[in-house]
Amino acid sequence: MLKRIIISGFGGQGGLAIGKNLAEAGMDQGFYVTWAPSYGPEMRGGTANCSVVISSSPIGSPVFAESTELIALNEPSLEKFEAGVQPGGAVFVNSGVVTGQVRREDLTAYYIPCAQIAQEVGNPKAGNMVMLGAYVAKTGFLKPETIEAMIAQMFTGPKAKFAPLNVEAFRRGMACVG
Amino acid sequence: MAKELWKGNEAIAEAAIRAGCDCFFGYPITPQSEVPEYMSVHLPKAGGVFVQSESELAAINMVYGAAGAGMRAMTSSSSPGISLKQEGITYLAAAELPCVIVNVMRGGPGLGTIQPGQGDYFQATRGGGNGDYRTVVLAPSNVQETADFVQEAFDIADQYRTPVVVLADGLTGQMMEPIEWRPVPRRQLPPKTWAAGGKKGRSHTNVINSLFLNPEECDALNQRLTAKYSEIEKNEVRWDTALCRDAEVLITAYGTPARIALTALDLLREQGIKAGLFRPVTLWPFPEQALRDLAAEAHVRVILDVEMSSTGQMLDDVRLAVEGRKPIRYLGHAGGIMPTVEEMIEAAKTALKEAR
Repeated sequence: MLKRIIISGFGGQGGLAIGKNLAEAGMDQGFYVTWAPSYGPEMRGGTANCSVVISSSPIGSPVFAESTELIALNEPSLEKFEAGVQPGGAVFVNSGVVTGQVRREDLTAYYIPCAQIAQEVGNPKAGNMVMLGAYVAKTGFLKPETIEAMIAQMFTGPKAKFAPLNVEAFRRGMACVG
Repeated sequence: MAKELWKGNEAIAEAAIRAGCDCFFGYPITPQSEVPEYMSVHLPKAGGVFVQSESELAAINMVYGAAGAGMRAMTSSSSPGISLKQEGITYLAAAELPCVIVNVMRGGPGLGTIQPGQGDYFQATRGGGNGDYRTVVLAPSNVQETADFVQEAFDIADQYRTPVVVLADGLTGQMMEPIEWRPVPRRQLPPKTWAAGGKKGRSHTNVINSLFLNPEECDALNQRLTAKYSEIEKNEVRWDTALCRDAEVLITAYGTPARIALTALDLLREQGIKAGLFRPVTLWPFPEQALRDLAAEAHVRVILDVEMSSTGQMLDDVRLAVEGRKPIRYLGHAGGIMPTVEEMIEAAKTALKEAR
C-alpha cells in the first residue's frame, strides 16, 4: 500500500489539517506516514498545500512528482496539481468553491459540496471533515472508526461538544460518494 | 512505546527540554521559528529560561554567558541567522564552552530563500568563524533522528566542552512524522568545575575567556583544542549505509537528500541497477575512513554525491575520502529546490554508464 496525496487550498480552508488527519489516522493504523507542508509567504489568503505519504513500508522521500490522489479545495489547486496525478488516480474536488471540472479523462473525479453539507449538519466549519469522509470512503484503506476515534481525541474538554457534529460531517462526506 | 506525530521543529525544542536544556536564546527566522515558539511556551514550564533576544548576535552571546555559568544552553536559527552567530561560535569554541546550536538550513547565499537548502555545510564543518576550531556536526535525516540527536548533542557538548551543531534543513524542520520518545543513552559527564557560576567557597576564581594575548598561552589553547578534536574524531564519527554490500553506484548524501535517495535506491534496484547509499551522520568528524574503505571495494564503480547545494560542499569531503580511487559525479540543486527521486535515478544511471 502506497498513497501519495496532495491536499491543496486557500490558507484557512483546512487543507493542511486534512493532511494531518490522514497522516495521523494512517499512523494509528500502523502505516508509515509523512506530512510535508508547503511553507512560504503565500500562506495567508494564498494557496497552501501539503504532501502526505502513507505506506506499508518505510518512507524515503516525503515529497513526490506524481500523486495517487489530489484533494483540491480551490480552483488554483485543481489547475496546479491535476497534471501531477498519476494515470488512473483520483481527484476530490471541493465543488462549492471550485467551479471548474477535472479535464483529464484518465482520472476519477469526485465532486463534494463540502460547505453545503457542513451547513446542513449545522457546523459550517466542518467542511474539511466532509472531504475527509469522501476520501476515506472512496480509497478504503482507512477505517471510519479510526477517524471517528481521532475526532473524539481532537475535541476534548470544553470543545467536546463539537465532536458529534464533526463525526456527523465526516459520515455525510462518506455517504455523499457512497 | 506509542508513536506520536511530531513536526521536526517542535521535536527539536521538546528534545532539548527532555535533555535538560536550562536556557534557550533565539530570534525567529523561517523555517525554524517553531523552535523558539515551542520553547517560549514549554521551557519556562519545565523550569528553564527562554529569551527572545533582540538579534542573533545577542542570542549567541547569551549562550556564551549561560554556558559559561555552567548551564545547558541552546540557540537555534536558520542559515542567514547562523551566519550572524559565527563570531559567538568561535568565542564559544575558544572558551571551551559546551552548547547546542541548531541550524534548520534554507537556501542561500545571502538572504536566499526560506525553502530547504544545504549550503551551510562548509560553514558548519570548517568552523564558520575565525581561527582554528571545529564544531561537532550531527545531521539528522528524519524527525526521529532529529529528536534523538538534539538530546545527545547536549551530552557530547558537555563531555568535550565544545559547541555542537545539529544541522537540519527546512524540510526536516517543517515536516511531520511519527516518532517515539525513546530514552537516549545518557553519558557519564564530569562535573563542571570550570564554570563561572559563583565561587561557592572555592579558593580560586574561574575565568571564562577567549582572549590570550600571550602567544604561548594562545598556542597552548590551540594544542589543547587540537588534542580534543583528535579525541572527537576517534570517538564520535558516525555514518549509515543502505544496500552497499554489492553497490556499483554509490550515492553519498546527508539529511533530506539521503532520505529521498532511499526511494531512488528501491526504484533503481527494481530496474536491476545495484545502487547503494553512504550517509554521513556526523559531518564533522566526517566518516572518512569508512567511505574510503567502501569506495575501495571492487564492486563500487562510481560515486554520485547529491546535495541541496549548487556547487557541492560535502563533495569536497567525499573527494578527500575517496582519494581518486573511483570517479565521482555530482547532482545538486540550491535555491530551495530539492533533488527529485527521478533526477537521482537518471543521474545514477548516467554515472554508471560513464563508469563502464
